[in-house]
Amino acid sequence: MSLTTAHSVVAPSSNAKLVAGTIIVAYALISIVPLLWIFATSFKTPPDSIAYPPKIVFQPSIEGYCNLFTTRTRQTPEYINSLGPATGFCDETVRKRNMVIAGPSNFLPRFVNSLIIAFGSTFCAVFLGTLSAYGFSRFKVPLADDLLFFILSTRFMPPIAVAIPIYLMYRELGLSDTALGMILLYTAVNVSLAVWLLKGFIDEIPREYEEAAMIDGYTRLQAFWRTVLPQATTGIAATAIFCLIFAWNEYAFAALLTSGTAQTAPPFIPTIIGEGGQDWPAVAAGTTIFLVPILVFTILLRKQLLRGITFGAVRK
Amino acid sequence: MLNRTADSVARATPEPLARKVRGISDKGLAWLFISPTILLLLAINIFPLFWAIYLSFTNFRANRPNEVVKNLGFANYQRILTDQDIWIAMQTTAHFVFWTILLQTVIGFTLAWLIDRKFRGHAFWTTIILVPMMLSPAVVGNFWRFLYEPQIGLFAYAISFVTGIPPTNIQMLSNVELAPWSIIIVDTWMWTPYVMLICLAGLRSIPEYIYEAAEVDRASNWRQFWSITLPMALPFIMLAVLFRGIENFKMFDMVNLLTGGGPGSTTEVASITLKRQAFESWRTGYSSAFAIILFVAVFGLANIYVKALNKVKQR
Repeated sequence: MSLTTAHSVVAPSSNAKLVAGTIIVAYALISIVPLLWIFATSFKTPPDSIAYPPKIVFQPSIEGYCNLFTTRTRQTPEYINSLGPATGFCDETVRKRNMVIAGPSNFLPRFVNSLIIAFGSTFCAVFLGTLSAYGFSRFKVPLADDLLFFILSTRFMPPIAVAIPIYLMYRELGLSDTALGMILLYTAVNVSLAVWLLKGFIDEIPREYEEAAMIDGYTRLQAFWRTVLPQATTGIAATAIFCLIFAWNEYAFAALLTSGTAQTAPPFIPTIIGEGGQDWPAVAAGTTIFLVPILVFTILLRKQLLRGITFGAVRK
Repeated sequence: MLNRTADSVARATPEPLARKVRGISDKGLAWLFISPTILLLLAINIFPLFWAIYLSFTNFRANRPNEVVKNLGFANYQRILTDQDIWIAMQTTAHFVFWTILLQTVIGFTLAWLIDRKFRGHAFWTTIILVPMMLSPAVVGNFWRFLYEPQIGLFAYAISFVTGIPPTNIQMLSNVELAPWSIIIVDTWMWTPYVMLICLAGLRSIPEYIYEAAEVDRASNWRQFWSITLPMALPFIMLAVLFRGIENFKMFDMVNLLTGGGPGSTTEVASITLKRQAFESWRTGYSSAFAIILFVAVFGLANIYVKALNKVKQR
């Protein structure tokens, strides 16, 4: 690595760029291997997935996805032959292993829980966050700095530490293991990020817009609605995606506070067990399906990323 | 905290023209806008916090709600601060925080410094590098357990391919020496991009004319790196360290899924101890006291650190 080619007045030499580029590409390729491996494993058969040496070339199969979405029971070949023709891909695939599909698995309901809780809490956090951010940005709020710091500090506490009293409180209120309880909790966690981020965005919208609107006879609320909100759309969208990613990926609260009906996908996926241990193709299939939405958002988001991960403390 | 300067600039701008417009005063409106958030945080964060403080002085057990709750005074705190296991868990946590931050900062800064060269296709490869940090630590951590399997996993295979050590000897998760590193590796893999991104912002914030001036003074490239690049990017690096430090102090999901605190208690970080005490042994009062101690520790360390950060910023 050529350290001597640091910044210079002229653009970095093409040689330095080549070295830098090579290292970065190498790092990127190595760091993406585990994800490619997850993706590849999701299309392996269980025996292929645990072959040694690890199989890079294999016959693709959708068995992992079948096992992810169904529960199966082992049957004798005679019994399976006595059944009618297989219905659909999955049925055929599992019959090859002397099994029949007994019913749907819990994956889909858990995935739907993830969707409901992540989108619900994101909506609430962004809604509350936008109002507060506007409040902090445009009005003289007594002790504004302290309040903002208080809002941020709610993120310092380890989730497990918060989980103890929340667990007790939810038990009293009947919110344990409910989607509503999780939405409230994730909203509270995310609202700190939303306020800090959105305050940054709204601070940058000139006050003159609202003042002009108010001179035209609009009320403060109407001015907010008609001038500030449309201007802040990009910021609101970026904030929403950050909140969504957090709520989508969260594990600690979900694992401790939900046990069944309201469980989300992150605590569920590790519990997918096949015959004789973890069913890795099914786990990989679940992981892949779970990661896709986030990958899409990452690509959409890459320009806003910096602000989001630093609570807007770094301005670009 | 970090936006103080920006706030003071914002506040110095003129007061809104219309203080009172049709009905609700601005002051009323401000509270109308802010209070829902504050109320939610009071209900979900502050009220439970006070409850936890109350419980930390008792012998309450959440799985025996009918038992008489006794007030123990500071006994829980005393027991925690003299408990050998807790101190070992704190040391394990410190060990993780130290190594993950060191590795992530060094690798992250180097990557940012290289990307700053703007070679062809740098935007695309930057996006690829960023992908791991967007994923769920739990889901990915669980899958790393598979990669680490000595008989079948890709990681052991790759290491044995390079070093020639038989893969059965690469027991990342069950070897006492290697288990902590198995977590440090995954955490570094996942969060180096985060540090890289913040460092990149720092490097991009250095104005070009400073380098031009240095060039006129014939400062060597090394000299420029040590006296311009590094000090100017330092506040950003420190910010990254702050955020990663707080997060890794709380680290739970990855450890829980990779090793569950084992083998033995070699990877039992504070969060895992807390979970065991609170949700397996059901010593709610005792674990609440531990939670409060942890909170005070993070809060205190973060505050001291932010003061140092602000000093560096002002230089």
